[in-house]
Amino acid sequence: MTSLTLEEAHVDLDAEGFFLQPEQWTREMAPEIARANGIEPLTDRHWQVIDYMRSTYLETGSGPTIRALGKASGVPIKELYQLFPKGPAKLAAKVAGIPKPRGCI
Amino acid sequence: MSDRIVILGAGTGGTLTANRLRRAHDDDVEIVVIDRDDRHVYQPGLLFVPFGLADPGEIVRARGAQLHDGIEFRLAEVDRVETAANAVHLVGGELITYDVLVVASGAALLPEETEGLTGPGWGERIFTFFELESATALRDALRGFDRGRLVINPVDMPIKCPVAPLEFCFLADWFLRERGVRDAVELTYVTPLDGAFTKPVASEHLAGLLAEKDIALETEFATGEVDGAGGRLVSWDEREVPFDLLVTIPLHGGPAYVGRSPGLGDELGFVATDLHTLQSKAAPNVFAIGDATNLPTSKAGSVTHFEGDTLVENIRRFRDGEELQATFDGHANCFIETGFHKALLIDFNYDVEPLPGRFPEPHLGPLPLLKESRLNHMAKLLFQWVYWHVLLPGHDIPGVGSQLRHTADQGEPR
Repeated sequence: MTSLTLEEAHVDLDAEGFFLQPEQWTREMAPEIARANGIEPLTDRHWQVIDYMRSTYLETGSGPTIRALGKASGVPIKELYQLFPKGPAKLAAKVAGIPKPRGCI
Repeated sequence: MSDRIVILGAGTGGTLTANRLRRAHDDDVEIVVIDRDDRHVYQPGLLFVPFGLADPGEIVRARGAQLHDGIEFRLAEVDRVETAANAVHLVGGELITYDVLVVASGAALLPEETEGLTGPGWGERIFTFFELESATALRDALRGFDRGRLVINPVDMPIKCPVAPLEFCFLADWFLRERGVRDAVELTYVTPLDGAFTKPVASEHLAGLLAEKDIALETEFATGEVDGAGGRLVSWDEREVPFDLLVTIPLHGGPAYVGRSPGLGDELGFVATDLHTLQSKAAPNVFAIGDATNLPTSKAGSVTHFEGDTLVENIRRFRDGEELQATFDGHANCFIETGFHKALLIDFNYDVEPLPGRFPEPHLGPLPLLKESRLNHMAKLLFQWVYWHVLLPGHDIPGVGSQLRHTADQGEPR
């Protein structure tokens, strides 16, 4: 576990940079996390995904999969890959300040 | 007062639940089981069909015949469930009311949700062994396959039996070697995961086995499109994997009627279910078991079997007005066929990784965990008998508990 100063705030991250405590996240941190992961700037479409990720996590205790994102976030999968290249479900989770999606079993 | 328990689905979960409930309750409880067909497929057998190791006819029996006396079996298609009215609506308009409902309709294959998958090449160079007709057609295609690129690809999780695609790779390697054509075939496992399997320790072991058998591993490949005519898998981020023969594991979803039932399912149509009590989130008198749930454990017969204990006890408690027991721990137990008459065994739950050791007794075994052995292969073959004669009738398997047993020297829960 490492502690990183994001705009002067101490937040707990795992080895890959995912938030361990989602309540430590604030909206102001998102652009900084995104930039560090090669995404700049954050558009309204990015925010639509980020907000969906967080609300799903807070409701269900785990981040949505890419399929669930494609079906329910209002952003089609093709576009999710353009917004959050490589792994949208993982990268969006990181920017949204929620723990790494557990994937499936 | 007479009570009616309605069970949707007469597969592994529905059958063992019905049989256990019948034993646990007097005649004042009516048990009705509904399924849309009368073919109960022993699903673990599907893996063996493409290699001629199981005959399609051998692994199918009548659903009704697996249900004990005093259980009503009905052939009908469910349109939707209205939990607010305690009613199941059948296609055609008939309505069946229930006091307790159990959803046990399994998972559905959704090949049409992947662009191009059911287009040109489907049934010719693209098959799935997750369904009996396609598994049988694949057997015929494999017989004549002696050179080229064979690709195995689970499109995305969750799938039934997440180890099955790996087992298929191992058996394909064995099958092609036996036929003396292995050197002319490039075998590739293409997965959406970042490793060979979902659980880190087992994933390492399995990646090692793939490498040993000269099977290429392509990870984090999210299939967006299948081009059957051109023989290409195309990912959402525009990577490509060429194939001559594709064995796909299509996207899975919950039973179609769950999606049509207000409040019952999640966005993929799986029943939103409590992790430990198996009660649905939709209504207190609705429960779910097996592949139809959204539980974060394997979709596998062993899981369903272990859930049976908790489910039947909780239905009794619910009817008697008692608090439900939160005893289901996500326990899964899977044999992984590795070819050349050997198999590996893994045992895990929500919190504990698959670990080395022995099963079912932590030190005595006799079955070794996470290690290839002939004994595990024999056990896997014997399991078909156990399935029809012990598991479906709703008996316990001697020595095998519903909760995971692990010892301190196997490591800490993750």
